[in-house]
Amino acid sequence: MSQLAPLSTIAHGRSGDKGNHANIAIIAYTADGFAWLQSHLTSDIVGRYFAAYEPSSVERYEAANVLGLNFVLRDILAGGASRSLRIDTQGKSLALALLRMPVELPEVHESMLRATEALP
Amino acid sequence: MKRVRIGNGCGFWGDNLDAPIALAEHGQLDYLTLEYLAELTMSILAIQKQRDPGSGYAGDFLDVLKRLGTTLVAKPAMRIVTNAGGMNPLACARRAREILDATGNANRKIGIVSGDDLMPRLDELLQAGHQLCNLDTGEPLHPVRDRVVSVNAYLGSRPIVEALVRNASIVITGRVADACLTVGPAIFEHGWKLDDINRVAAATVAGHLIECGAQVTGGLSCRWETVPNLADVGYPIADIAADGTFRIEKPPGTGGIINRETIAEQLLYEVGDPRRYLTPDVIADFTTVSVRQVARDVAEVAGSRGNPASDSYKVSIAYRDGFTSSGMLAIPGPDAARKARFAGNMLLQRLERIGICFAHSHVETIGAGELVPGLTPAYDPPEVMMRVAVRDTSKQAVERFTKEFAPLVTSGPPGVTGYTTGRPAVREVFAYWPALIDKSAVHETVEIL
Repeated sequence: MSQLAPLSTIAHGRSGDKGNHANIAIIAYTADGFAWLQSHLTSDIVGRYFAAYEPSSVERYEAANVLGLNFVLRDILAGGASRSLRIDTQGKSLALALLRMPVELPEVHESMLRATEALP
Repeated sequence: MKRVRIGNGCGFWGDNLDAPIALAEHGQLDYLTLEYLAELTMSILAIQKQRDPGSGYAGDFLDVLKRLGTTLVAKPAMRIVTNAGGMNPLACARRAREILDATGNANRKIGIVSGDDLMPRLDELLQAGHQLCNLDTGEPLHPVRDRVVSVNAYLGSRPIVEALVRNASIVITGRVADACLTVGPAIFEHGWKLDDINRVAAATVAGHLIECGAQVTGGLSCRWETVPNLADVGYPIADIAADGTFRIEKPPGTGGIINRETIAEQLLYEVGDPRRYLTPDVIADFTTVSVRQVARDVAEVAGSRGNPASDSYKVSIAYRDGFTSSGMLAIPGPDAARKARFAGNMLLQRLERIGICFAHSHVETIGAGELVPGLTPAYDPPEVMMRVAVRDTSKQAVERFTKEFAPLVTSGPPGVTGYTTGRPAVREVFAYWPALIDKSAVHETVEIL
């Protein structure tokens, strides 16, 4: 059994620009969540999600040390910061958009949720 | 173990003007860094300098320096490193000299780092075989040569270190890689060698984390509702030990938050391959670092590793590419999105009727899922913002475009509103052209004023 929930249930993130390319970092709250991201959040799925932008390629990099996946979507910023006619010239909103993506999480996924703060 | 505290009070030109003052007063800093230059800032500064040879730098810095006058007197050991020099570090330094002299800081020397500006040498470099091909497309530069307005190499930390060695207490640079504002002071204070790769990589990670100011102390946090007192957000401090481990902190009592999540979000911000973060100093491997929360709002970062940098500097080139403008109007429902698209297209049709067509135009219905198109299922929002943007080589045509918004208030669909801020502005477009150049072709210089 599984259930549909937004990706933000188990992850947070941030996006920005590199010339005409955008990068989207998606970061799991827990190690189990990161393992789920590694096997489910593929560059194919991210590319299809943002198909309207017609990326020329989507690369996925891992930063397991911070439980992060970094996606680089090439040629999607319509000319980049100075030339793009879109309101979001720099892709700042893309991470939030990806975190809204409905994903099928295992029925039991408590170990992927953010734990409450435990300060040293 | 010796430590050096480097705080960044400015993440971009336009950032909060009070942040550098608060950080300098309450951060117990050894160094205050101020970062002003984005990719396109240099082209804007280049145009300013063309019009007025005494301008072309980030003027905000001089306002900050004036306000810091008494703090600098009270904290004689605190130094400042900034890239506010932009296209004209010498002119910026001369003005800074006057301010320092007038505020009781005449004893402070200014170090000027330049040589990044390759525009005066562009033809010489092209003739010598430096093609400055576009890093993304591979195209050679010469077809747009006549439209180029600025050519800047991203210098590294070496000239900043030299300025500090020569007792500069205010270092003003042109284009250097952002992280170097932090790396230079760390190398100098700890006596590291420039080829001490892992320590230079560590300082690069620290510089990368603090270079965008509040973005690492709670700004942009996905958990924004839980960030305490974001209105009074503290700006970040990298407290770097001699072995390269460092802590990210903020002044006590300030708002915001620092934890593993804010560090992770900023570590990967505007990064490509995190194993290869390229700067003029080093190729830093961000995947080797460990992040540990050691106290409330204090994160410790250790384990940074790197590889030697390449033999090239990155070069940022800007060239004139026409004119652009965009305007918005509020469109109420029902059928807000359809009305907005109808009105936006009609605006362009009216211009077509008088013979004005644009090379590029774009209509957006903000609020109907078009901030990120192709995702949101259709629904009927109570209102949207109609946004129309154009770009063309004809400035006259773009200026005419800005006059077509107001008429929609009486001759568009019902309820159009929001026309209170006047006609939108026309802006010249400077297209961005990234390239590489052999380090040996760039002659960085350090002067003391």
